[in-house]
Amino acid sequence: MTDFLQLLISGMATGAIYALAALGFTLLWQASGTINFAQGEFVMLPAFVMLAFIAMGAPLAVSFLLTAIVAVIVLGWAFKRGIADPLLRFGLMPIVVASIGLAIAARNGIRAGYSAEAHPFPSLFAQRLFTVAGVNVTLADIGTLAVALALVIGTQAFLAKTVTGRAMQAVAQNTESATVLGINVPRMIFYTFAINAVLACAAALLVTPTYLAKFDMGESLGTKAFFAAIIGGFNNSRGALLGGIIVGVAENLAAAYISPAYKDAVALVLFMAVILFRPQGLLGKKVERKV
Amino acid sequence: MNRSVALAIAAIGAAILLFVPPFLKNYGIYLFSYWLVFVIATMGLNLTIGYAGQKSLGHAAFFGIGAYTVAILMKAGFSFWLGLPLAMVGCFFIGLALGFPALRVQTIYLAFATLGFNTALWLVMRNEEWLTGGTFGINNIARPGLFGISLSGNLAFYYFILGVAVIMCALLWKLLSSPWGKAFTALRDNPIRAESLGINIQAYTLLSFAIGAVYAGVAGALFAPLVEFIEPAPFTVGASIMMYLIVVVGGAGYFWGPLVGSAVGVILPEWLRFAQGWYLFVFGTAVVLLMLWLPDGLLSIPDKLRARRLSREESAARAARAAQLGAQR
Repeated sequence: MTDFLQLLISGMATGAIYALAALGFTLLWQASGTINFAQGEFVMLPAFVMLAFIAMGAPLAVSFLLTAIVAVIVLGWAFKRGIADPLLRFGLMPIVVASIGLAIAARNGIRAGYSAEAHPFPSLFAQRLFTVAGVNVTLADIGTLAVALALVIGTQAFLAKTVTGRAMQAVAQNTESATVLGINVPRMIFYTFAINAVLACAAALLVTPTYLAKFDMGESLGTKAFFAAIIGGFNNSRGALLGGIIVGVAENLAAAYISPAYKDAVALVLFMAVILFRPQGLLGKKVERKV
Repeated sequence: MNRSVALAIAAIGAAILLFVPPFLKNYGIYLFSYWLVFVIATMGLNLTIGYAGQKSLGHAAFFGIGAYTVAILMKAGFSFWLGLPLAMVGCFFIGLALGFPALRVQTIYLAFATLGFNTALWLVMRNEEWLTGGTFGINNIARPGLFGISLSGNLAFYYFILGVAVIMCALLWKLLSSPWGKAFTALRDNPIRAESLGINIQAYTLLSFAIGAVYAGVAGALFAPLVEFIEPAPFTVGASIMMYLIVVVGGAGYFWGPLVGSAVGVILPEWLRFAQGWYLFVFGTAVVLLMLWLPDGLLSIPDKLRARRLSREESAARAARAAQLGAQR
């Protein structure tokens, strides 16, 4: 039982990080119809930028802030203007392929231009172990879970409570009506891209201490984020959190109780079941097909 | 494109395919063969995504099923000529089964369902060592003979692959120009309208997956004896994504798209090797730029040129009309 609880908590911590990447992914999809196949690389790149700032002598917090600014400019603004805007009117295929190309370029650019090795990354949290009723919990797990939850809930609150956030939701639901109502649609879409970039930075900050900074770290992270987004519900931002935690916990438990070799299969089975029986996701709303 | 230009391009293409490989070294012949294998596989994917308008990110799974079927059967002592049809039949039915999610979900959900299938199959290939040899793979896969002619030489096997590719190409051409082919494009362009015109869209959706899968199966069955050693790596989700990229870059829904796309996806990275560690970076960047320039793929260039010529002619005609009106006044 104590093992189970330990696995549950560390699974939730990993899952909360998946949720961050998944949330950005669903926000982009809702606001602009962009499917970003480079989502994992959007987490990998900030990890390396942060390392670069740290190497220049900046403390972790400062380098995170600087990286977030760079990310909003590059992964938010430049990605939107340079790739998403020109391609979206041609349907899904070109943007998917362009983001695949971007992912290949990012991964191999880092490998060739920086390093193919895995680099250690400073943790936000001190090395401490708590024992509560025989269950060992690391401070890193608790802290990661807390920070990720706070970010997801904060994003939720921003979307639901502020005027800007409501306007962003309006754009996601019906772009034309939003325009008629005088909402600056391109700006709202840019905000979504910016939030995605910041969430990716936060995911990088939280995940890299355990995953280590490596050029291909985005590959599995991106897939997990997709799975999480779909399991939770692609058109529902709360779903991303649920989906992320389900994926994180499921793979942790599967690795321990079923077989480490098939650890990835459990998330997959869940995912396939959701796709087949509840394609709108656990929390998603059904969208009728349009004629 | 006018007919004589098309014929000239076809003749040059055929001449290159027939007469260039004998002058190449082994590596060159291998690259040509490898390219053709991808052409066969992506022709099938082009049917699924380009003509029928479905989304599939699991094509490499069928490529793998084809390769492993042939390899396992040949290791068990059976002939390649038993393995090939079995691979095709197997892929057809598994493809049919994979089509079922497509009846329930569309677009990106479908893409991820097929991606999930690919991951599952890859896990089986990697973990079930008794069947697939796990990460060690299966080696020393012999090349088959045909009517008593040995195909074990690289060049002989290349011509064999070329022959198969031509047959598969002709079959697809026939299929697409038949009423079936029209039904596939109707399904892509407007499924609801197609349904109301009496096309059984369920059946055609399933068939587009199944037939596409057969092409990948054939390609896989040729791939195993071509490289003589298979392991799970060429059949990952990454490979499926690459095939998707090949189809879109070549031009989804253009018959010859996979030919051009495979050249970009298979030969361009090899040719870029002079850039050493940077070659995949260059490749990825090139793909992004290509999409920005030609979102409909490389084969949309003629259409683009025609559209430009038409609009220029039209504006010239407009100017002439305006001048005429001016003169009359």
